[in-house]
Amino acid sequence: MMAVARVDQMRKSISAVMTTGTAVCTFAAVGILLVILSHIALKGVGSLNFRFLVDAPKPVGEGGGIGNAVLGSVVLLGLSSAIGLPLGIAVGIYLSEVGHGRLAGGVRFIVDTLTGIPSIVTGVFVYAIVVLPTKHFSAFAGGVALALIMVPIVSRTTEEMLKLVPHSLREGALALGAPQWRVVLGVVVPAAASGIATGAILAVARVSGETAPLLFTAFGSRFFSTDLNQPIASLTVQIYNYAISPYDEWHAQAWAATLVLMTLILGINIVVRILTRRRF
Amino acid sequence: MSALTRRSLFVVVFAATVLSFAFSSCKPNGSGAGGSVKVQGAGATFPNPLYQKWLSEYSKQHSNVQIDYQSVGSGAGIKQIQAQTIDFGASDVPMKDEDLKSAPGEIVHIPTVLGAVVITYNLTGINQPLKFSGDVIADIFLGKIKKWNDPKIAADNAGVTLPATDITVVHRSDGSGTSGVFTDYLSKISPEWKEKVGSGPSPSWPVGLGGKGNEGVTGQIKSTPNTLGYVELVYAIQNKLPVAQIKNGSGSFVEPSIDAVTAAAAASAGNTPDDLRVSITNASGATAYPISSYTYILLYKNQKDAAKGKAVVDFVWWGIHDGEGFAKDLQYAPLPADIVKRAEAKLNSITAGGAPLR
Amino acid sequence: MSARVETNSGPFFSLSNVRKALSPTGNTGDAVFRLILGLVALFVLAIVIAMVWALAADSLLSIRTFGFGFITSRSWNPIKGEFGALPFIYGTVMSSLIALCISVPLSLGIAVFLVEQAPRLVARPIGFLVELLAAIPSVVYGLWGIFILAPVIRQYLGPPFERLFGWTPFFRGPVTGIGLITGGLILAIMVTPIISAVVRDVLAAVPGSQREAALALGATKWEMIRVVLVNGAPGIAGAVILGLGRALGETMAVTMVIGNRPEISLSFFDPSYTIASAIANEFTEATSDLYLSSLVELGLILFFVTFVVNGIARFLVWNVTRKTGGVGRAA
Repeated sequence: MMAVARVDQMRKSISAVMTTGTAVCTFAAVGILLVILSHIALKGVGSLNFRFLVDAPKPVGEGGGIGNAVLGSVVLLGLSSAIGLPLGIAVGIYLSEVGHGRLAGGVRFIVDTLTGIPSIVTGVFVYAIVVLPTKHFSAFAGGVALALIMVPIVSRTTEEMLKLVPHSLREGALALGAPQWRVVLGVVVPAAASGIATGAILAVARVSGETAPLLFTAFGSRFFSTDLNQPIASLTVQIYNYAISPYDEWHAQAWAATLVLMTLILGINIVVRILTRRRF
Repeated sequence: MSALTRRSLFVVVFAATVLSFAFSSCKPNGSGAGGSVKVQGAGATFPNPLYQKWLSEYSKQHSNVQIDYQSVGSGAGIKQIQAQTIDFGASDVPMKDEDLKSAPGEIVHIPTVLGAVVITYNLTGINQPLKFSGDVIADIFLGKIKKWNDPKIAADNAGVTLPATDITVVHRSDGSGTSGVFTDYLSKISPEWKEKVGSGPSPSWPVGLGGKGNEGVTGQIKSTPNTLGYVELVYAIQNKLPVAQIKNGSGSFVEPSIDAVTAAAAASAGNTPDDLRVSITNASGATAYPISSYTYILLYKNQKDAAKGKAVVDFVWWGIHDGEGFAKDLQYAPLPADIVKRAEAKLNSITAGGAPLR
Repeated sequence: MSARVETNSGPFFSLSNVRKALSPTGNTGDAVFRLILGLVALFVLAIVIAMVWALAADSLLSIRTFGFGFITSRSWNPIKGEFGALPFIYGTVMSSLIALCISVPLSLGIAVFLVEQAPRLVARPIGFLVELLAAIPSVVYGLWGIFILAPVIRQYLGPPFERLFGWTPFFRGPVTGIGLITGGLILAIMVTPIISAVVRDVLAAVPGSQREAALALGATKWEMIRVVLVNGAPGIAGAVILGLGRALGETMAVTMVIGNRPEISLSFFDPSYTIASAIANEFTEATSDLYLSSLVELGLILFFVTFVVNGIARFLVWNVTRKTGGVGRAA
């Protein structure tokens, strides 16, 4: 009797310790984010003003802004999402619902390996297959490079989330006479929608912070442009260029641009979450 | 309308919008509407702030030309001009003979400005700039001199109390023209360095930490005590780091000032070859700073597109004349007069379809 | 829909036979669906194979020059033309290992807290904040690392470890703040939002019945959470694989704080060098063909390292789920 009570006490203490531990983990992570964020904000908020958001860059000492970089990043994110998200989700659906056997196993393994490729290698690959043949840098090449980075992330999360949908949903729909494509697109995918959205958001957040692949593909520009056939500016390349320069004024602009970039991503995050929230 | 149909409709409309957007913005490359010429340049990071200033000032007077310059590094500038994906390149280090031979056409080097590589350090309690001889620097980077109060350093710095701490060497981890210039200088000064390490943009450093970019090295030196490293002059000045005086070929300790750098170029003008590819480190001349270098713009001698070629040639001409006036404010050293004359001759030799562009 | 009985008359590759191969029920919509998905999967597979082929083709020169010795050689001297991959492999594996050892428990803790313990109102915004860590550009992480994290390690975090454990080869000084441990820590911070976001979704998908069953049997909160975690093991493994991929391939942030010294050293405080950093640092300035080829071969080796590590992770997961069943099996 006493032994059981002691064991129970032990189990309760362990539970208390572990549950506090998880809270500590969370607050540590949020704490680190706030530390980094406050560092960025402290250094950058001074440069944030309306002109900064709409002007093109100017030589050092003359102010200037990141307007063209914001436009460029929006174009690049839009293009890469338009290519990468459907591809990634389709592969995820294939791996979870349609594929089986050796081919699917091979595809799954290969796509997993793609997650580990340094973004610079992807950039050089796209340079070789898009930029060199066309003999110029272009926003299109940048979008392709970013899409290639997105595909494995989106595909892996889509597959995992689809696998988590209970079989009973599938069986119920099939029993009602729906063909497989209707079951997958109409029942299973919507059920996993918020999980797939997580994958999409992670992928977009990941590529929004990438510089190296863009340096070889979309290149960069001082001008406003939406031409997919020409080099295009982007927030990350601009941040990188300013951050590695010697001037404090450009450093401050780099931090301010980081704030703008993070706000953009946070905005996308919130919008996607709202669109995919469960209505039941 | 069912949820599935609504969602499918949304996807189709979204895709249609993106695609129409994509196709509508596809314009022919090169000359756009209104006769404006688009030119793409890329290369060295070192002259980037100056080139951005030049482009901004130049476009005020020439609004029909859109010139873009991206600082992707000297090596990338060389690679891209060889691949002909850009219209002009820029490099701190002149192209090697093999690279010139393998290019699809003859490439011309136009020097634009000069820069200095300086020794900077983080040492508390030292109020005046330290002095170093060339061989002392080589020994530090070889790892032979390990402590700050080594007798060889003390010999050059009479009256300064140096601490007994270890020197933490910081060098560049990425390949760069700055490293190329610095190791070129060390190879001229120290036969041991030349044999053990050699000169180039990516040497195998015997000791030290690697920082990425001038910014990375500056950052490491700024935040770590007892460090010593080499950076471009403007980084040390902007970050308020101390700058060492180096003993030059004539035996005097010279501060890396803009005039000292131009003096090094002027002193070397005599042995500058016809194609203007030259190393001016360890220049002889009483006031010359020993670790100076040119930065070049790279152009094909025979331009394929006459409009673009003329735009580039006119811009670079403006740069080496009017542009030099903006150099000193941004801590770049202007070209000496006779080098400007020789660069003019080079620009006059650039042709498109047989006809000279100037 | 009535079942269709079809007799097999006609040529082998007729439309009806292709349709039957793609969709056993004979439904055209299904056949088209499976065909499109199959083609997309093959397309992605083809792209990856093209990448590997391009990497292999460009590294042929280096493979022919150094052979297998490339993987065991420790020297990296571009000027003299000697190249070896061992220090980079060591740096890549060690920094990713450190990152995962710190990040996986942290991420699991975060996910468990947000799904099992935090009230709904609080969990959402905190979840957003943790995901925001993924949106910070890597160059910003690098700068923060140089200016904040490295000095903190040099002044506060490093010295106690050096005093207590400096007699082991793992914690030998000097502590400059720039080194393997700083690289590992930065990676840990970058990888945590990925793993925690995916694990959150995995844990949320575990059926409530599992939790209720555990609690009904008298489990404490922690024991119930353990049941949930085991249920979600395959999904958690997938999350870790994503995080690992990020860690292995991260360039900008790591290269700014890891010291970039191609030497193998057991101490966490000593500088190190990862494959991705080496490629990022030296690719654009690599002038000779052998130099370029060696860098590309490094990329190829990284590809295989990812391959092997993913394989090990998948095997471990298979081992766990073999015994317990995992989520998705229950209705």
